[in-house]
Amino acid sequence: MKLTTKETMTDNREPMIVAKNLTKKYKDFVAVDGINFEVKKGESFGLLGPNGAGKSTTMRMIASTSTRTSGELTILGKDPNKRGPEIRAHLGVVPQQDNLDREIKVWENLMVYGRYFGLSRKFLKAKIEELLDFAQLQDKRNNKTEELSGGMKRRLTIARGLINEPEILMLDEPTTGLDPQARHILWDRLFRLKEKGVTLVITTHYMDEAEQLCDRLVVMDKGKIMAEGTPANLIKEYSSKEVLEVRFGSENNEGVADQIRDIADRLEVLPDRILVYTEDGEAALEKVLARGLKPVTSLVRRSSLEDVFLRLTGRSLVE
Amino acid sequence: MTVLETTWQGATKLVNPAVIKIWGAWYVAEYRLKNMSKWWLAIVAFGLGNPILYLLSVGIGIGSLINKAQGSHGIDGVPYLTFLAPALLATAAIQGAMDEVTFPTLEGFSWTRVFFSMNATAVTPRQIVGGVMIASTVRCILTAFMYEAVLIAFGAIGWGSVLPLAVYSIFAGFAFASLMLGVTSFVKDDDGFFAIVGRFIIAPMFMFSGTFYPITTLPIYLQWIGWISPLWHATNAGRALSYGHAVEPWLMVVHTAYLALMIVAGFWMANRQFEKRLAE
Repeated sequence: MKLTTKETMTDNREPMIVAKNLTKKYKDFVAVDGINFEVKKGESFGLLGPNGAGKSTTMRMIASTSTRTSGELTILGKDPNKRGPEIRAHLGVVPQQDNLDREIKVWENLMVYGRYFGLSRKFLKAKIEELLDFAQLQDKRNNKTEELSGGMKRRLTIARGLINEPEILMLDEPTTGLDPQARHILWDRLFRLKEKGVTLVITTHYMDEAEQLCDRLVVMDKGKIMAEGTPANLIKEYSSKEVLEVRFGSENNEGVADQIRDIADRLEVLPDRILVYTEDGEAALEKVLARGLKPVTSLVRRSSLEDVFLRLTGRSLVE
Repeated sequence: MTVLETTWQGATKLVNPAVIKIWGAWYVAEYRLKNMSKWWLAIVAFGLGNPILYLLSVGIGIGSLINKAQGSHGIDGVPYLTFLAPALLATAAIQGAMDEVTFPTLEGFSWTRVFFSMNATAVTPRQIVGGVMIASTVRCILTAFMYEAVLIAFGAIGWGSVLPLAVYSIFAGFAFASLMLGVTSFVKDDDGFFAIVGRFIIAPMFMFSGTFYPITTLPIYLQWIGWISPLWHATNAGRALSYGHAVEPWLMVVHTAYLALMIVAGFWMANRQFEKRLAE
């Protein structure tokens, strides 16, 4: 019931991004293959998929730098092919690859970037203080960016993307390559932005990240959208409540799978383990043991988006 | 965070795309000049040291040898130092302007990829081209005037020719920088590109453009190197402006047109290539 209310609300919100049959080709290679989606104001929208799924290409088209081959795309009510600079003036972009200026100081990076939006030095001086607080980089303000850790660079790039108070903040793989602590700090910062009502578009190949940050997401593979929904709904629709993971050694998994297939709603045999999809993991494990089978290790966990992806594509996300 | 919450106006109110449409190139230039300012000491030291060394070694050293053999007004009817000055000035202006387009362009596309971050804002690829050229021109102007200060101190040029010579040298620097920006925008990785440009284009240009001797003293089958060299066009025109070296009016037009053509070709290439690479 709660869900219905929320979705009705969602429908009334202004659409920030509308893509219809959006396609991008590089010579013979189709990077994005006729995708459709809509992002509403204040929503946190995720593009989930493995490397090469077409996420970054989609992001660059939304960022109004890469031009589409065909289809329709409207961002903030405008066509990026015709009014790219106008749209970009109101976007914040955090690219996959940090492109900070290594030779100038942390605060200068923010100043220079703010000037590209035609913002006054006076405004920027105050804004930079806020952003340094937000990114927890006050004590590094006078360091050159090459002296920062990976997590700090990422936070600085995000702070930079916020300098124009964007309507939409786009983050391409925001936490790839960061250690767990740095990721959690970043997630916290992004969560605050989301609370502020900033529309977020995030690409990731991390399930936990998508679950943490995205209200709604699309699962992409080979340039196409495979499924769309809230993380919870996707799991409900494409996976069971729980998963039992059992390992019998890589030689034996295949053989054992046939003996326990009837226990599961669905079964996936991976090279190193068997995934038993079921409503009750513990009960399934008992049944396995009752048959005299002795797994080397066993684990009961809740279904995740990783399982959804496996179901949809037959492949793991992080290979 | 609290501050962020109370002051957040949103980009729609805060950022005016119409302003960026007009000033975008200047914002890029501002950034380039800021980066350049980190090297101001090197720029000044080189800007003054380079002419001083050339004038002492070639101008006075070789010059006294030449003046001894040819008489004190033996080359083109003027002392060797006077003959040499416009050529050295044009060379320096070209070199100064070129430094500010080649490395920054490789940096912008490949090393730090800052062009991509600029292009993520409302700044357009053409404005990035414009901004890089503005910064290059500022460097060229600084270089030309520093050089002229030294030339004046050595008595190599007269006060009257300071302005026309500066204007023409800066024009030549701008022309060469435009073309080099166009060419560099095609370079994916350094791969020795600059070594090749330096050794096979800049060095021969310097040697065969009538810098150290009148181009007409070369055998005719080598003179073509000078004719296609922007440096010769700049030098020959510069000599006319400096000490009244005889240049037919039509040739003056050719010199100017040749350099102007480089500007058109350079901007055409750079604009196209910047737009293409930044839209990938």
